[in-house]
Amino acid sequence: MSRVDKPDPEQLRKRYPDIFDRPMSARLATPAVLLLALAVFIFGVVDLDFSPARLLSGLSQLGWIAHLMLPPDPGSSLPIYLRALSETLSIAVLGTTLAACAAFPVSLLAARNVIPSAIVRFPVRRLFDTIRGVDTLIWALVWINVVGLGPFAGVLAIAVSDFGALGKLFSEAMESADRKQVEGVRAAGGNALHEIRFGLLPQVLPVIAGQVLYFIESNTRSATIIGIVGAGGIGLQLAEQIRVLEWQKVSFLILMILVAVAAIDWISGKLRFAIIGRRAVA
Amino acid sequence: MSLAVSILPSQQLAALNEAYGRAVARRRLRFAISAVVFLAVLLVAAIGAEVNLTTLFTYFGNFVSYFDRILTLDDGQRVWTNVPEWLWGFKKWIRLLGETLLISYVGTLAGMLVAFCLNFLAAENTSPAPWVRFTVRRLLEFARTVPGIVFALIFVIAFGLGPVAGVLAIALHSSGALGKLFSEVVENADMKPVEGIRATGASWLSCMRFAVLPQVIAGFSSYTLLRFEINVREASVMGFVGAGGIGQELVVAIRKFYYSDVSAILVMIVVTVFLIDIGTGWLRSRLFGVEART
Repeated sequence: MSRVDKPDPEQLRKRYPDIFDRPMSARLATPAVLLLALAVFIFGVVDLDFSPARLLSGLSQLGWIAHLMLPPDPGSSLPIYLRALSETLSIAVLGTTLAACAAFPVSLLAARNVIPSAIVRFPVRRLFDTIRGVDTLIWALVWINVVGLGPFAGVLAIAVSDFGALGKLFSEAMESADRKQVEGVRAAGGNALHEIRFGLLPQVLPVIAGQVLYFIESNTRSATIIGIVGAGGIGLQLAEQIRVLEWQKVSFLILMILVAVAAIDWISGKLRFAIIGRRAVA
Repeated sequence: MSLAVSILPSQQLAALNEAYGRAVARRRLRFAISAVVFLAVLLVAAIGAEVNLTTLFTYFGNFVSYFDRILTLDDGQRVWTNVPEWLWGFKKWIRLLGETLLISYVGTLAGMLVAFCLNFLAAENTSPAPWVRFTVRRLLEFARTVPGIVFALIFVIAFGLGPVAGVLAIALHSSGALGKLFSEVVENADMKPVEGIRATGASWLSCMRFAVLPQVIAGFSSYTLLRFEINVREASVMGFVGAGGIGQELVVAIRKFYYSDVSAILVMIVVTVFLIDIGTGWLRSRLFGVEART
C-alpha cells in the first residue's frame, strides 16, 4: 500500500514562491479595481440624482402604467399601425441594401490585401469609424433637415450609419480571405480586377451576405426607433401614443414590434442557413 | 521537358460537357430567380417607404451643403480658424458629456449585475428547473427586443425628466442583451468541475460560485466592456427624449439650426466614442491577452 507523504509546508513554500508569496501589488489589484468601480458607481448614483423617494414614486407610477397597459388594444387604428409596421420593414430592407451596395466598393479600398498602401487605407478606415461614431438617430435628424419628415429620411439615415459599420465588417472579411486563390489567378495571367472578381469575391460573398442579412434583422429594431424623431415607421406612432398617454395602444404597438422582430429573426435565420450553412448561423 | 495533356474520347467528353453545362445552367437559373425575387422585394419596400428619387436628387445638394454650413461660424469663417468661438460652450458640453459617460457606466454596471444574477437561471446546463429557465429567457428576450429609447420614453413619464430615466432604460436593455450572452458563455462551460463540487455535497449556489464562475468570468467582463462601448453611443442620444446627457443639447442645436454648435457637439461625441473604444480595447488586451481581442 502506498502512503502519501504529508506535505511539508516549508518545502512547498520554497518550491512555489509565486503562489505562496505573491507581491502585495498583485494581491491588492483585484480588490482595488473592484473598489474603484464601486466608488465610481456610487458617485454616479449620487450625482445623477437617484433618490429613494424618487425611485419609489417612479416605480409606483410605473406599476400604474403597466396596469393601464392591460389589455393591449389598438382601438380603431389597427390598419394605420399595420401600414406603419410595413413602412418600418421597408425602411430596414431598403436602408441596409443601399448601405451594402455603397459600402462594398469602398471597403475594397480599406482592405490590406487589396490596397497595400496605407495612405489610402488609413483615411478610408477613419471615415468608417467617424460615421459609426455618430448614432443612427442623429443621422435621421440630419436627413430630416434635407429631405423632410417621413420614411425616406429614415431609409437614408440607416443607409449612412450602416455604411460605416458594413464597410468595416466587409474589409475585415476580405482581409481574412485566403491569399492562395488570388495568387492562383495572378499566376494564370489575371489583372487586379480579375484577382478581385475570381480570387477574392467567391470567398467573401457568403460572409458578406450573412452579415447583410444580420443587419437587416438588427435594423428592424433600429427602424422602430428612428420614427421617434420623425423619420416614419411604427416608432412615430409609438412615440405619439406614449406622449398622449394612450397606454393600451402603446402596449399593442410594443407587442407588434416584438412579433415583427421575431418573424424577421426567423426568416433571416433560415436564409442565412441556406446561404452559408449551419456552422456559420450560430 | 515535354508536356502532354491527355484528351478524353469525344463521346465521353460530350457527356461530361453536357453535365457541366447543366450544372452551371441550374446555378445560373437559381441565381437569376433569387435576384428577381430580391429586386421585387426592394421595389415593394421602395413604394412602402415613399422613396422619392426626385426629392433626393433635388435636395442632395442640401445634404452636402449641410456639412458646409455646420462647419461655418456665424461670421462666415471656417470653424477651425476660430476654435474658441466654435467651442464657446466647451465647459457646459464637457460636463454633459461627463454625465453621458456616467449614465452609460451606471446603466451598464446595473444591467450587468441583473444579467449576472439571472443568467445562471437561463442557461441550459445550470438552470434549476425548466419553468424557471423558460420564464427568465422570455423576460430577457423582452428586455432585449424593446429598444432602449422606447424604455426611456416610458421612464421619462414615470420617473420625470432627467438622467434617472436614461440610466434605468440603459440598465434594462443591457440586462436583456448581456443576460443572453452570459447564459451562452455559461452553456459553453465545462461541467466536470460542477460535478466535482456537487460530489462534495455543495449547494447549487456553491456549485455556481466555485465551479462555473471561474470559467466564465473572463467572458463576462469582455462582453460587459463591449456593452459599455455600445451604451456610450446609446446614452449620447438618450437626451433626444429628455433622458439626460449631451443629446438634449444636440437635438436643440439641430432643430434650431445652430449650425456651428452641431458640428462642435458632434466632434466632441465622436472623439469621446473614439477614446472610449481605444480605452476599452486597451483594457481588454491587458485583461485577456492580445489574442482574445477581436
